[in-house]
Amino acid sequence: MAYTTSPSTSTAAAVAWAFAAATCVKLLLVPTYRSTDFDVHRYWLALTHALPARQWYTDASSQWTLDYPPFFAYFSRLLSLPAPLVDATLVSVPVPDAPPFAHLLYLRLTVAFSDLLLLGSVLLLARDARRNQRPFLALALVLWSPALLAVDHVHFQYNGFLMGLLLLSLHFLEQEWDLAGGVVFASLLCSKHLFLVAAPVYFMYLFRHYCCGRGVVKGLGRLVLMGSGVAVVFAAAFAPFVYYGQMQQLINRLFPFGRGLCHAYWAPNFWVFYIILDKILAFLLRRLGFNIAIPEASFTGGLVGDSSPFAVLPKVTPIATFLLVILAMAPCLIKAFSNPQPKHIIRLVSNACTCGFMFGWHVHEKASLHFTIPLALIAMDSLNDARHYFLLSIVSCYSLFPLLFENQEYMIKVMLLLTYATLMWEENKSNGMYDLLVIDLQFRIHADHVCEMMRRTCTCLTSFLD
Amino acid sequence: MAKPRKPRTSAPDPPVSAARLPWHPPAPPVPTAVLISLAALLVRVLVSVGPYSGQGAAPKFGDYEAQRHWMELTLHLTPSDWYRNTSDNDLAYWGLDYPPLSAYQSLLHGRIINASLPEAVALRSSRGYESVESKLLMRWTVLSSDLLVFFPAALWFVWAYMKLGIGGEERREGWMWLLSMVLMSPCLVLIDHGHFQYNCISLGLTLGATAGVLSRNELVAAALFTLAINHKQMSLYFAPAFFSHLLGKCLKRKYPIVEVTKLAFVVLGTFALVWWPFLHSHEAALQVISRLAPFERGIYEDYVANFWCSTSVIIKWKKLFTIKPLKLMSLSATILAFLPSFIQQVKSPSNLGFLYSLMNSSFSFYLFSYQVHEKSILLPLLPASLLALEEPRMYGWFVYFALFSMYPLICRDQLLLQYVAVLGLFFLIYYSPGGSYGKRSNISCRAKLVLSLPFLCSLLLHITYLQIDPPKRYPFLFDALIMFVCFSQFVILALYTNYKQWMLDTHSRSIGVKKDL
Repeated sequence: MAYTTSPSTSTAAAVAWAFAAATCVKLLLVPTYRSTDFDVHRYWLALTHALPARQWYTDASSQWTLDYPPFFAYFSRLLSLPAPLVDATLVSVPVPDAPPFAHLLYLRLTVAFSDLLLLGSVLLLARDARRNQRPFLALALVLWSPALLAVDHVHFQYNGFLMGLLLLSLHFLEQEWDLAGGVVFASLLCSKHLFLVAAPVYFMYLFRHYCCGRGVVKGLGRLVLMGSGVAVVFAAAFAPFVYYGQMQQLINRLFPFGRGLCHAYWAPNFWVFYIILDKILAFLLRRLGFNIAIPEASFTGGLVGDSSPFAVLPKVTPIATFLLVILAMAPCLIKAFSNPQPKHIIRLVSNACTCGFMFGWHVHEKASLHFTIPLALIAMDSLNDARHYFLLSIVSCYSLFPLLFENQEYMIKVMLLLTYATLMWEENKSNGMYDLLVIDLQFRIHADHVCEMMRRTCTCLTSFLD
Repeated sequence: MAKPRKPRTSAPDPPVSAARLPWHPPAPPVPTAVLISLAALLVRVLVSVGPYSGQGAAPKFGDYEAQRHWMELTLHLTPSDWYRNTSDNDLAYWGLDYPPLSAYQSLLHGRIINASLPEAVALRSSRGYESVESKLLMRWTVLSSDLLVFFPAALWFVWAYMKLGIGGEERREGWMWLLSMVLMSPCLVLIDHGHFQYNCISLGLTLGATAGVLSRNELVAAALFTLAINHKQMSLYFAPAFFSHLLGKCLKRKYPIVEVTKLAFVVLGTFALVWWPFLHSHEAALQVISRLAPFERGIYEDYVANFWCSTSVIIKWKKLFTIKPLKLMSLSATILAFLPSFIQQVKSPSNLGFLYSLMNSSFSFYLFSYQVHEKSILLPLLPASLLALEEPRMYGWFVYFALFSMYPLICRDQLLLQYVAVLGLFFLIYYSPGGSYGKRSNISCRAKLVLSLPFLCSLLLHITYLQIDPPKRYPFLFDALIMFVCFSQFVILALYTNYKQWMLDTHSRSIGVKKDL
């Protein structure tokens, strides 16, 4: 045969290969810049290991107080288990100011280790029929995502683990194992409450898809089942702290609404335009002679207080942002309610996360990961999806550049983004070539068929003439 | 007569369990080449984050300080003072000991650094200058040199290799793997972007010269190779190969004298161009040459996996002979070692034979020459990477032991993390799933057992070197053991490649291949 088909190689081998390559890159990223998030997680590792659970949310020996829900604290505890074998000072409170290299290496390795969950979820999702033709691409786009590498393995966070949980629940929903999907999402909420923004979509979808359409009794029974599943998860997380009477303290820690509308680094969301519009209007109106007071409060400051940081436009409150988020999500909620289809669940949830990013209160730019990573898995559905993802992933990674502000990381972040963009470009081109190959094969087969028909006709004619 | 209706076949479904990696066919050439180059550059950038040689080690520091000092010298002194001992230029403190092209390169980089950070290259006051910004600037000079010299040479070589179909038609699909092998050479990345050197320039020029020879631009090749020699005198390790191959080609042409004269003209002209500031007096030229060949430093220094150092355990060369007879002995041993490949190329030059002779010639110099450093293993590694498609197993084996021979250096520079990561990445690409490279020949079980012995020894030594303290009586015991293991493997490899080159003649004669000249 003139054309060679691609050599067959098992998905498992490609999976292990991609993960190993990513791990080597993560090893090389160990000595790079780390933000205060590194000290935060270092402290939480020591805190959850050295102190009993009663003191986790009340300890104030460090300024980096625990402000994630209890499942993340349990996760930190799990990661701290082998730590005393390496160095006892890793898990002693108070933590040393300047960590030795061994501590840095250990913590970076825990992040790489927790990425195994992400690997597992992506592997499960890649086995879906549509992605089965290009399973390696699905893996590569997520595992080698420069945004994830920059945020998790340089800046230092555990987003790989959390996205792994999210993708796992999305996988269960795609396979129509709704109860499992709901339970996993609940445990995700108990690990990082930021994902509450996707909760309305989950609720609508699960209510309609899992509970409705099976008659009242069965539907009610399923509702109770789902509710109790979620309740069990929440109980496992929060029960000890209810027992200790620390729920108020917990709520204060988890939802610090005293902060401003925007983070220190503005996330590229809707409020940026609002602020710019406000400033332009103030400038124009002052030129026209109106007396516009310069606001005292700043947008990126801490406590806003009573005064509004806006000169002309109305002040934005947390309630207003909440309503806007729900409004923006409305089409998605309606779709989830009216026509819940498992194959669309990734798009629905990504939509919800995007709305939360666009209109939310005090959004970090790192939150763009929450919708970029799931969208990588549907990037191969069609050429349009691939084009959209190409643009989206580049823009969202570029928006994360200010996170790595030191000169040493400049070339690293630029090269990571360039290499990823070239990978997508190369795959798009060769995908086009692959399609051409298939079309060419089809043509050849049809051409052979036509020739065979002609040959038979000739033979018939000649035998007729004989 | 009714025939059974042939069922309409639709296009074959793509294999469901197959995972198509980016370098499986059909792969568009330009995007894939760009992707591989960018990935190689990314790895270099990541390794640059690590420490450099002599970081924080006052008062002498290391190669990084030497390069910075050369930038300072060339920037502030006139060329006549570069190689002379003056009040501003203390030759004992990292004096220039590479040919003038290195000095010009230092001057260019010095100008660039001076524009943004003058304190780093100020005369005399910048000795031992270390800061985050200066480290970044210095690293960027290496990265830019690599990108401007080595990468284009590698791309040209792979293009020429594939266009000429060296090694047969079936190798054509392997161009991506070959490009990755050439660009992702672990030793080169670790030495240039970790330890800190500029081997990428001289090796890149040599690679360009090789590509020129393959694509029959011999004059360009001669010029590039002369430039390579003028950047680092160690490039002379390849000189016998170039000389024999070009001589062989010239002899087979119509007017050999004219061809040889043309080449000589180019070579001498390039030399004159580079040495121009030093040609005004006999003394100036001799001054430079004396800096390039420091015979007083002895036949070997430290522990390097070559013949003289490894056999010095049994025969104490330094004690038995003075410098003059040792020079003669090493010269004759080297000549004897590269003589077979030299003769083969003069008799019947061929493209593949040229690549083998590059390797044999550089290997013979590494094993038998005077004052060889452990970093010189980079020189035989270059042609080995060019032969990666022909000899995948040999290449993988060689890379592993070349890296292992530099292990003590890596540990001294605290580049262990980068060592592990780059070694891991290299072997992941070497064994990339779906590629049939590296699995070509069948080795018998007994041979595998014999080969695994040095490999296991090396693994053990990796760990003991780090964890266990050597006995007080022999403080360099582990260094010596590492040297022995590597030397044994290098000797086997050198014998194997010499044999392969010699057998090229008989093989091609038996299948009647027409050699292109």
